Amino acid sequence: MSTQLQRTETEGDESPQEQRLERKSLAEGEREAQRTEEESTGDETPHVHLKVFRYDPEVEAKREPRFDDFRVPAPQGTTVLDALMYARDEFDSTLTFRHSCRQAVCGSDALFINGSQRLGCQTQIQDLDQRPVRVEPLPHQEVEKDLVVDMEHFYDQMEAVEPYFQGETPDEEEQLQSRENREKVKMSTRCIWCGACQSSCNIAAGDNEYLGPAAINKAYRFAMDEREDDDIKKHRMNILEQEHGVWRCQTQFSCTEVCPKDIPLTEHIQEMKREAVKDNLKFW
Amino acid sequence: MSQSHNRGLIEDFGRWREFAPGMWAWIFHKFTGWVLIGYLFTHVAVLSTAISGPQLYTTTLRSLESLLLVRVLEVGLLAVATFHIMNGIRLLFIDLGVGLESQDKSFYASLVLTGAIAVASVPTFLSGAF
Repeated sequence: MSTQLQRTETEGDESPQEQRLERKSLAEGEREAQRTEEESTGDETPHVHLKVFRYDPEVEAKREPRFDDFRVPAPQGTTVLDALMYARDEFDSTLTFRHSCRQAVCGSDALFINGSQRLGCQTQIQDLDQRPVRVEPLPHQEVEKDLVVDMEHFYDQMEAVEPYFQGETPDEEEQLQSRENREKVKMSTRCIWCGACQSSCNIAAGDNEYLGPAAINKAYRFAMDEREDDDIKKHRMNILEQEHGVWRCQTQFSCTEVCPKDIPLTEHIQEMKREAVKDNLKFW
Repeated sequence: MSQSHNRGLIEDFGRWREFAPGMWAWIFHKFTGWVLIGYLFTHVAVLSTAISGPQLYTTTLRSLESLLLVRVLEVGLLAVATFHIMNGIRLLFIDLGVGLESQDKSFYASLVLTGAIAVASVPTFLSGAF
């Protein structure tokens, strides 16, 4: 419940986060026309044309990447993942992609859909403007097969910031966090490790050592947690302050733009930069 | 997996239509920055003619100013410098954590301001050029 965003109806004093969410859903109205158009093509179910990236290094004839076309039924509510699963089950059982929970929680199916990093299960066909729908594996990561990319490096970066709570456990009680502090880290806890942000980041693409938005966001979540000792915070800041830590971010806002969980990533990275400066500034 | 495929094509500039405002701001900032560095060298070169005396400096500047291309480029230079300053201020605010929510709007604002200032400078830079 606490991770749920509460939308207020009042126009005037919306929080910046709410404003951003509103902007993200603004294009909704424009798609309405297309939606009705698709629905009105006779009695039969509307179909969607998928163009899917294919590549298989283990089969001689498939070593050269190509795009396969699928025409799959897409009634209202069909997600890109649904369409892919239909294509796999009905047309080509060799079509490979990761998926698990189908409700934007597991973070397995981050894909490059119509030129943007999105979760296949969170993206409804009707919400996409372009036809055919282009489905590609995440950019900036090496492709293992079809839509499956090598996530090893991403996980390494996440591990590098020690993404676990390191507070002292008191003897008898649980570790209580103040409401204010919980609010502060709330958005950062929503990360599902899908790797969309890392894939969208230009800097991470050019600098393999750069921690990347997801890892810095993870570090933010724990560094801002007041239950951890100052020593641990210092230790966390030491990781972030390195040359390839927070300072590589050039505020392109690509990560914030694509994050399926609407985490204000750039904001968090900038805050860690300021923390790093505060950490090292000495006036005497 | 024995092998994996590294695609060069997907991340190229051909995707420019999908670039977000923040990305454009970054590209323009880099571009204008490099232009300004390039200009700095020509600027120093032109100024250094004064070492050989005021005569040479005056003739160099006069002959440069008589070229229509130079007059037009001056407007471009002003636009480049203005955008770099405007976006620099925008980045400063972003670094301070101020107005991160309207980063796209502030980018558009710096574009509009740049355009307005460049247009307003045309009479000054191009007067008597034609």
